[in-house]
Amino acid sequence: MQKNSLHFQRKFLAIPYMIFMVLFVVVPLLLIIAYAATDQSGMPSVENLMSFFRDSNNINTLIISLFIGLGNTVLCLLAGYPVAYFLAKKDLGFTMATVLLFVMPMWINFVLRTAATRDLLFWLGLNGGDHPYLTTMIGMVYNYLPFTILPLYTTMIKMDQSQIEASCDLGATPPQTFVKIILPMTMPGIVSAATMVFMPTMSSYVISDVMGERKISLIGNSIQLYFDQGLWHMGSLVALIMLIMIVIGSFATRNIKTEDDARGGLW
Amino acid sequence: MGPKPAVFRKKSFGTLCPAKIKRGDAVVKDDKNIIIELKNVSKHYGQTYAVEDFNLYVKKGEFITFLGPSGCGKTTTLRMIAGFEMPTSGQILLNGTDISGLPPYQRPVNTVFQRYALFPHLDVYDNIAFGLKLKKITDGGKTRKLTRKEISEKVRSALKIVDLEEYEDRDISTLSGGQQQRIAIARAIVNEPEILLLDEPLGALDLKMRKDMQLELKAMHKKLGITFIYVTHDQEEALTLSDTIVVMKDGMIQQIGTPEGIYNEPANAFVADFIGESNIYSGTVIDRLKVRFLGHVFDALDEFEKNEKVDVVVRPEDVKLVPPGEGMVDGRLTDKIFKGIHYEYTMMVGHTEVIIQDTRNLEINCPAGIVIEPDGIHIMKKELTANVYDDAYIDKNNNVVISDFRFPCDVTALVPGSRLDGEGYVIGPDGKVYDFTDADVKATVGLGDIELVDNIDEADAWGNVVENIYKGDHYMMTVRTQQDEDFVIDTEYTYDAGDRVGIRIKPELIGLTLNGEANKYAKK
Amino acid sequence: MRTSKIGNFLRKFYVYIVLFIMYAPILVLIAFSFTDAKLIGNWNGFSLRLYLSLFRNREIVTAAVNTFVVAFSSAAVSTVLGTLGAIGIFYSGKRSKAVMEGIGQIPIMNAEIVTALSLTILFVFCGVKFNFLTLLVGHVVLTIPFVVLSVRPKLMQMDPNIYEAALDLGATPNKALMRVIMPEVVPGIVSGFILSVTLSLDDYIITAFTRDTSYQTLSTYVYGVTSKKGTLPPSLRALTTVITLLALIVLLAANRRSKLGPKKNKH
Repeated sequence: MQKNSLHFQRKFLAIPYMIFMVLFVVVPLLLIIAYAATDQSGMPSVENLMSFFRDSNNINTLIISLFIGLGNTVLCLLAGYPVAYFLAKKDLGFTMATVLLFVMPMWINFVLRTAATRDLLFWLGLNGGDHPYLTTMIGMVYNYLPFTILPLYTTMIKMDQSQIEASCDLGATPPQTFVKIILPMTMPGIVSAATMVFMPTMSSYVISDVMGERKISLIGNSIQLYFDQGLWHMGSLVALIMLIMIVIGSFATRNIKTEDDARGGLW
Repeated sequence: MGPKPAVFRKKSFGTLCPAKIKRGDAVVKDDKNIIIELKNVSKHYGQTYAVEDFNLYVKKGEFITFLGPSGCGKTTTLRMIAGFEMPTSGQILLNGTDISGLPPYQRPVNTVFQRYALFPHLDVYDNIAFGLKLKKITDGGKTRKLTRKEISEKVRSALKIVDLEEYEDRDISTLSGGQQQRIAIARAIVNEPEILLLDEPLGALDLKMRKDMQLELKAMHKKLGITFIYVTHDQEEALTLSDTIVVMKDGMIQQIGTPEGIYNEPANAFVADFIGESNIYSGTVIDRLKVRFLGHVFDALDEFEKNEKVDVVVRPEDVKLVPPGEGMVDGRLTDKIFKGIHYEYTMMVGHTEVIIQDTRNLEINCPAGIVIEPDGIHIMKKELTANVYDDAYIDKNNNVVISDFRFPCDVTALVPGSRLDGEGYVIGPDGKVYDFTDADVKATVGLGDIELVDNIDEADAWGNVVENIYKGDHYMMTVRTQQDEDFVIDTEYTYDAGDRVGIRIKPELIGLTLNGEANKYAKK
Repeated sequence: MRTSKIGNFLRKFYVYIVLFIMYAPILVLIAFSFTDAKLIGNWNGFSLRLYLSLFRNREIVTAAVNTFVVAFSSAAVSTVLGTLGAIGIFYSGKRSKAVMEGIGQIPIMNAEIVTALSLTILFVFCGVKFNFLTLLVGHVVLTIPFVVLSVRPKLMQMDPNIYEAALDLGATPNKALMRVIMPEVVPGIVSGFILSVTLSLDDYIITAFTRDTSYQTLSTYVYGVTSKKGTLPPSLRALTTVITLLALIVLLAANRRSKLGPKKNKH
């Protein structure tokens, strides 16, 4: 009777879940690593890596992806932060319905949404063929703004109003209060929002395809291209590069408690 | 406060005993009156002991209380009786059979939880009926479930006991804290358990409500006639409610006894400090039945060896104020607080504080004398005179490592007459060279030799304050490191339990003794 | 911080203007779904012809049905596995909990295209033909972490003693789980399910990678036709109206639910 038999029963409930996750999340990732490090014949090789970096197109793709990813993250945060802040501010009288309105576009299929945006811009005279970067950026912001607002909003409604009042009471001007109190307190939401925007932006090939008339190639596009051509090993290598960037990103923000529940706590 | 202690206290009902002695050793084991018995029960989580070698029996119908500060193991013990935790070793006997392997749902005990643990999705009726609906009874040789009618009758009578007859259909969320408490009790007693376990059941209530519920619980205990095992950290609650109190600290029983017994005859300074108000002093036994403290030799009733260092406990109500010059010791009254029934005076005898209770309203800031009768003086063995660390060792920089912390020390103390050379080797008087890297040593540090620092960066080690006992002119504070090593420190400064403090020890104040021969470390 | 009336008006105005811009493409599509012009911006009289052609279009109807089949079946699988997983994880020891939570984070942190590619490689590696099951697995991987994230807070909010209280009152572990823990986490399960459906409906990338190419969902269909034609086929404007309407109904229902508060079952 060394073990506490009570806790056993409930612990075991996670077994099917874990089997599924190992089989379909962990093993595939290991396969990616294995594929990235081997050539078509299955022999260990760095040839994938060499040929990837030898091709200047790939380097350009990487740089463009980074810039578009960063740009989109910054734009979404700039546009979304005030929205989330005002939504969470009790004296403005916004209801849950307004918040849900910002989320609702998620229920309209994202390919459809993006195509609609393209058609509207086209009608307004902005042609993706002539201004691929501009239209792509617009498409990105359109698509990712809800994902920015939600985690920010969830952090902000948890914010203790009396701390803000305390700051004013202690003589801080509104801008000082914002910089010294509100911004640090909402940092978890900002980090969550950024992680929900940055990586998907770089990897989403649909938006750049549809909005930029296939004139812009992001990392997602190159993976998709390798996939279409059946070049699993090269595709895996690009995927691995993305994985490494994700690991670095989460390592850099590991000290900030992110707003996990924001993603689950929609309802 | 309590009644004036008689000179000869009845060593009643469970002897007063230091940690290892089991209560009621005199009682024959097959006593039919014993409902539950814990034998050598220990519980550890990894390396840390929550409960250590716990021995106790509880009589049928008794109201027994586990009393102690948080983390003392009282709740863990209760949870082992309930079946939520399995003891790491030892036995729990219910009516003579070992139940320590039984899951909670097969034990005839029910629990009232600290935060009630009512089921929020069920109403009052369904909460109380929860256990009854699961129950199977034997009726004329056949097992069957209780009928609706039986259940509803039982629920009604349970609600009547807790005085909430009209509340059957109420949602839990609409009840006040006190009402939820009653429902939690009703839910437990409706199953007619042999033992009712109560885990700080009044902790979440406000003071007034708590006092009322105490009386009700006591009345309920009388009416139901079942055994109550009660856990609390509130000494007053324990004294009010219990037939027997088990005082615990650090997973170990400190004392078992009646409320009067524990109050009047605390087994050690911890119990004295924890229960009621007390003056605690370090004293020295001068002669048979003579003890010196407060600069005076007092007559005492407890016998100790001559010259032994002891702790002396004097309850404030046992100190009599007399005009200056007429008492045993003179001092100066410095402070007075009105406490309703009496005044509480603070008197300074030199630098030592004496707390005194007196019903008279006297002038302060004037000299006064005190008298302490022998029966008001409780002498107990000092538990600790120095910090001793048996498993310390020397690192390669000649620091002594205690509990993973490095303290600079004087390694030349390991070899009399030695000196250090430039490279950190110890040169003996005979010219022998010693390398004490990784040498196992015993380190000894006096209670007064440890310095406290607020800034942990300046400290050699740090830990959290776990205990702080006032001893008239200083505090005896226990600082526990993360590795569960204690540093006991005599200090003038006070900290709260839980505060993080740093400690520093002067190298020359760390006594070192080598475990083993010095020659083992001699360089060839 | 008291704010002026004008300030509050500007704040509200900002929120509404962002909302308006976000909805502009959809609103325009909806408006032009009631005319049978080839391009938007080219109103040539009210007509419901697009709706007729939408419902007569076999391909679209099949794709819509497929989309819902995938969404609901994958959400169901995710909800069952994920709920059990969340409960199991919650009651696991510190270390295994950390490992399992870490694995659960992977699909969330990971770029969707990497997840998609890794699954594809797994299926190719194992010689599995792409079919409905592979697509289902893909969607479960996508949605299951969100079920866990939805259920977890409910477990954490739960009084930790109620499970023990149930055991104490004579319930076996299974009964305690069903009668006490489950009712407590139901709201989390429901939101996990809805979130899963939402994510699955919205998904394109994982669908594109893990489906059998003859199996069309709305997103693959829309992507197919828009990338071929350069603009949305007119009948998709009618589709947008229908989807938006559906989303609006769900939104109103959800809002009603949250206003009424959790319903208590009366004894």
